[in-house]
Amino acid sequence: MIAAVASYVYPVFEYRRCADHGLTRRAHHPVVVVGGGMVGLTAALDLAQRGVRVVVIDDDATVSTGSRSICQAKRSLEIWDRLGCAEPMMAKGVTWQVGRVFWRDREVYKFDLLPEGGQRFPAFINLQQYYVEQFLVERLQETRGVELRWKNKLIGLVPRADCVCLTIETPDGPYEIDADWVIAADGARSTARRLLGLDFKGRVFEDRFLIADIRMDTPPFGRTGPTERLFWFDPPFHKGDSALLHRQADNVYRVDFQLGPTADPDLERQPERVIPRLRAMLGDDAKFDCEWLSVYTFQCRRLDRFRHGRVIFAGDAAHQVSPFGARGGNSGIQDADNLCWKLALVMEGLAPERLLDSYDEERGHAADENVLITTRSVDFMTPRGATTRAFRDAVLKLAATHPFARRLVNSGRLSVATALAASSLNTPDEPGFAPAMAPGTAAIDAPVRIGNRAGWLLEMLRGGFQALYFAGAPLPPPHAAALRELRTAPVPVHVLAIVGPAAASVPDMPTIVDAEGLVAKRYDARPGTCYLFRPDQHVLARWRRFDPGMIATALHRAVGHA
Amino acid sequence: MAGKLRTESAFANPDDFYDALIAAHRDLSEAQSAELNAKLILLMANHIGDLDVIREALAAAREGL
Repeated sequence: MIAAVASYVYPVFEYRRCADHGLTRRAHHPVVVVGGGMVGLTAALDLAQRGVRVVVIDDDATVSTGSRSICQAKRSLEIWDRLGCAEPMMAKGVTWQVGRVFWRDREVYKFDLLPEGGQRFPAFINLQQYYVEQFLVERLQETRGVELRWKNKLIGLVPRADCVCLTIETPDGPYEIDADWVIAADGARSTARRLLGLDFKGRVFEDRFLIADIRMDTPPFGRTGPTERLFWFDPPFHKGDSALLHRQADNVYRVDFQLGPTADPDLERQPERVIPRLRAMLGDDAKFDCEWLSVYTFQCRRLDRFRHGRVIFAGDAAHQVSPFGARGGNSGIQDADNLCWKLALVMEGLAPERLLDSYDEERGHAADENVLITTRSVDFMTPRGATTRAFRDAVLKLAATHPFARRLVNSGRLSVATALAASSLNTPDEPGFAPAMAPGTAAIDAPVRIGNRAGWLLEMLRGGFQALYFAGAPLPPPHAAALRELRTAPVPVHVLAIVGPAAASVPDMPTIVDAEGLVAKRYDARPGTCYLFRPDQHVLARWRRFDPGMIATALHRAVGHA
Repeated sequence: MAGKLRTESAFANPDDFYDALIAAHRDLSEAQSAELNAKLILLMANHIGDLDVIREALAAAREGL
């Protein structure tokens, strides 16, 4: 029996007895992904598209139930677009980029998360996690080399030197398999983590929060314009605490009420307690239906290491943060994006195993950053003691009239791609570049012309190592032989030229056109500038001239040889 | 190591500053005074705009607590 919400019909994925039952010699799989949530499914899709055979096991037979992540960030959409499943998400999701913050009865601050347009994807779409997972599953079902095993529950995990032995419980009883690699993406209560006996330490926050996902066909407060995130500190309808209202697909709205540390969770999620709170917020004549009610607390914590030999943790199984900032799900998607190209190279024997340690290094840094940022948000939202509250309220009061105070208002710092500036895979930056796109930064999108059609720069960064050469008069000497060498190496680098609207194509290189000059502007490029991107679209290196030898050296370092 | 926080007297007439500070709190309740202090610290900190200086000031203010 699946607890349904009125606006969404949960798909039921069929359990099938797999071929690995009852073998005298255990079946052997290259990669097993534990957990068919957004992170595990994204990782499976990425690996499969790199030609790696993947088995996904999940103890359930549907998508995520009830109220989970809703804010899907631009970076996640860019990753899903690379994997070919962003379009249905964009079609279903609610696009937004502006947030408004209120204190008591007045607006004190408004922020725009994407003030500069000219990018394919918006700052955010709001799309319930069950839709995200449904679209990922649909994409996986048309992808070769992936097997989704529903109602397959991990109950044993024994790491060995050359493989990992998994015991899996099913409706047909248990079976055992060996895997070369295990990606543990089984969520905050990770079974894999427990089976390996790993500590998951951090800070527990006392405050309880109420989530009400409600269906409301008439927009509240007469707000018929673009969707915006609304956040209140100490509003008249919920005195002393904070509240959030955010629209999702299907006219479902996420309402979040801070309840304080002493609230009774069982009592507070009862409709007779929740509905008066909603009426106070939305007005007595608002029409709504409750789809989901729950009371939660949260924690900020992480594993010390994300890689444990052949078992690699990703998403909530590896790190947990407070929900204000949408940094949970979105950082998990960045984990998958970071891990899969590395794992594929290691499995093909094209990179040393220690390349996988850079996953721990880079995404561990990201987790630390996310824990720090979300902890600060919670500290701002839940001041303890009269002095802390006085500072918080002073910030809010000053924000109406003093610009500096607006930047101190913290209702959640929303997820962006983590810059991997300190990564050991980067080639040290050359002096003289503007800092924005320094090595480690995720590539920023811009409009380009590809042949005769309008397209986007990120379309051209499709999962391999890619150099981008900003051509311009005078053209460089032809490098046909060097280009061929880069292109046909075991780990290939493709070189793409980009030219201004009036310029000719570059010999021997596929060429795109910087139609609006935004690529050169955003990348601080001059004629001759060359960028090298990783398979996950992060900048690896940049130079003021095109030099195949330097590209080869940077590549060597980027696959873990340095 | 020499810090960046200046602790020699900076005002031409220190008594005028102190008087202005006390005068600002005149007739305020404890809660209002707390609010004034909080706003004042935020405004002055932003004006200083140098976290090194502010950290030194915070450390100096915590001494003996």
